[in-house]
Amino acid sequence: MSEILRFATAGSVDDGKSTLIGRLLYDTKSIFEDQMEAVEKTSEKMGSEYVNLALLTDGLRAEREQGITIDVAYRYFATPKRKFIIADTPGHIQYTRNMVTGASTADVALILVDARNGVIEQSRRHSFIASLLRIPHIVVCVNKMDLVDYDEEAFNRVRDEFRDFAMRLDVPDLSFIPVSALVGDNVVDKSDNMPWYDGSPLLSHLETIHTASDRNMVDVRFPVQYVIRPMSDEYHDYRGYAGTVAGGVLKPGDDVVVLPSGFESTIKSIDTLEGTVDEAFAPMAVTVRLNDEIDISRGDMICRPNNQPVVTQDVDAMICWMDETQALSPRKKYAIKHTTRAGRVMVKDINYRLDINTLHRDEDATEIKLNEIGRISFRSTLPLFIDEYRRNRETGSFVLIDEASNATVAAGMILGESAG
Amino acid sequence: MSYELSHLRELEAESIHIMREVAAEFENPALMFSGGKDSIVMLRLAEKAFSPAKIPYPVLHIDTGHNFKEVIDFRDRRTAEVGARLIVASVQDTIDQGRVAEETGARASRNRLQTTTLLDAIEEHRFDALFGGARRDEEKARAKERVYSFRDDFGQWDPKAQRPELWNLYNGRIKMGEHIRVFPISNWTELDIWQYIADDKVDIPSIYFAHQRRVFERDGMLLAENDFVERMEGEEVFEETVRYRTVGDITITGAVESAADTVDKIIEEVAATRQTERGATRADDRVSEAAMEDRKKEGYF
Repeated sequence: MSEILRFATAGSVDDGKSTLIGRLLYDTKSIFEDQMEAVEKTSEKMGSEYVNLALLTDGLRAEREQGITIDVAYRYFATPKRKFIIADTPGHIQYTRNMVTGASTADVALILVDARNGVIEQSRRHSFIASLLRIPHIVVCVNKMDLVDYDEEAFNRVRDEFRDFAMRLDVPDLSFIPVSALVGDNVVDKSDNMPWYDGSPLLSHLETIHTASDRNMVDVRFPVQYVIRPMSDEYHDYRGYAGTVAGGVLKPGDDVVVLPSGFESTIKSIDTLEGTVDEAFAPMAVTVRLNDEIDISRGDMICRPNNQPVVTQDVDAMICWMDETQALSPRKKYAIKHTTRAGRVMVKDINYRLDINTLHRDEDATEIKLNEIGRISFRSTLPLFIDEYRRNRETGSFVLIDEASNATVAAGMILGESAG
Repeated sequence: MSYELSHLRELEAESIHIMREVAAEFENPALMFSGGKDSIVMLRLAEKAFSPAKIPYPVLHIDTGHNFKEVIDFRDRRTAEVGARLIVASVQDTIDQGRVAEETGARASRNRLQTTTLLDAIEEHRFDALFGGARRDEEKARAKERVYSFRDDFGQWDPKAQRPELWNLYNGRIKMGEHIRVFPISNWTELDIWQYIADDKVDIPSIYFAHQRRVFERDGMLLAENDFVERMEGEEVFEETVRYRTVGDITITGAVESAADTVDKIIEEVAATRQTERGATRADDRVSEAAMEDRKKEGYF
């Protein structure tokens, strides 16, 4: 059985991203005849001389009219080996929040670099966002190789330049593939035009990237989402804690501790509709029962006594600001959603604002505006059960919500506990 | 032991997470059920999410009156099996109240009218979250829609003002009168749905399987002979072996010629098909390039 690979792409009109996605979809037979017909018709209507594959991904009227991608679009295709979910995002700096959104769930970031231009500002920005969001694998497609005569030197130049830059980022797995999306070199089939390249074409690379070990299998984290109490004759005393495993492996008999109460118990059983299971691991959605009756509710966290998250009200985090109407500044208050826990926070301090093109830190910044990224500290009304985002994407992430407009205004990646 | 989930089990876990999140955070959710395969899978997932307790929200059906009988029978049987409360909101009632006018002519359908019935039902029952079985692979406007799709007082979707949605953190905060449409199977494809139906032995209405039916051809689609559609000149009825890929109103849902009479044969057929299910079988999406986007903005699913 195949597993799911989620990958994020970012790009603008000219770098061949739409062509590349179009080709992956087309060559894996994931574009249907009626979709193709619609695209052909619209291309013709818009006076385009060639079939514009970008129209396949630009779903909204405004996008088609303006010929730009505004929002994240999700695309699906499958091969016998894997199911793929593409989060296709616009590449311009004014859409940084959309890129961050697409990157938040991705296993792989696909970054396109034009072989003629080398590493430009946009490639740096996309790579930085990928590393900020801890996408474990980055695949750099050095595109338009047909326009540089399939020259190995040109490829090596881009690769070395990219590596130099990426050393400043934290990228666990970085690979490079020379492609021509337009012609199809090294996209699905290995190209005869570049015998010097001995790696896999893009699709087989994506099919074989190993992602199972990207999940945290060490630190048991089970945020309680919902308490199941059937209140029926048959299940009179049933009390189950439903949730999605956020880390580690849970087994019946395990010693556990429940936060914030600190009460300890052991796992009685792990239930699903089909019956009990011997183990539960991320991202399974299960129901856990304990051997002792303790008061547990939504927002509590089940973990192991000898491996607990940090319990704190003071948090140090990177955030991407997503609201166009108001900026973040110290002393402002927001609602927070972290795992299944909801509370309120007050911003204490802006540590710095980051220029995502140059990675320069502006420590004098007094606010963080739309599409900007910065490091802040805040205090929460409730204790939160946090892990560092780089250790656990589930217990290390949060969103901030404006309490007046209800808009989601920030995405946050936890660095740790801040000085209180 | 391998710590990897099959793609169906990963999709299932994601959907269950969403369904529990809604149960925990909303006062008054309901699950939209059409009797189509997507809503059937959604109901199955809800059953799993709260087992061994019953599904903690009612099932809502917007009944246009132009249904396949097999589907209505299935709806009644299945909701009784899971012990869910069934709420039926009828388009006929909306027409009788003078809230909407019946379309006339050979191409009349109640597809557009049901939006008013739905919005009335939301207001009457004060629903704050409604589960829908829409998938992002169905249609390009849907490919852009969030799992939690915010709707204003008028039930409208504003594609340009969608809330960013990150990780599995969903923002369900709303003001009085607003609501959220929730799409827990957003990331499933048509093939995933069928594989899941096979894998989990999910029961589905008989019209999904190949059967003999009296049909006529219109716009390259095979429509069932029925009491609600006037046939135009030259539209002759003939008997054909067909099945349905989607289930909507009998007036606008086309059948496909098919001999697939088992789930496995349907999977083979779906895997080899070159037409999207909506393109092949739904007159409602053929109106224009942005037909779905426009209807969604008005409050349609």
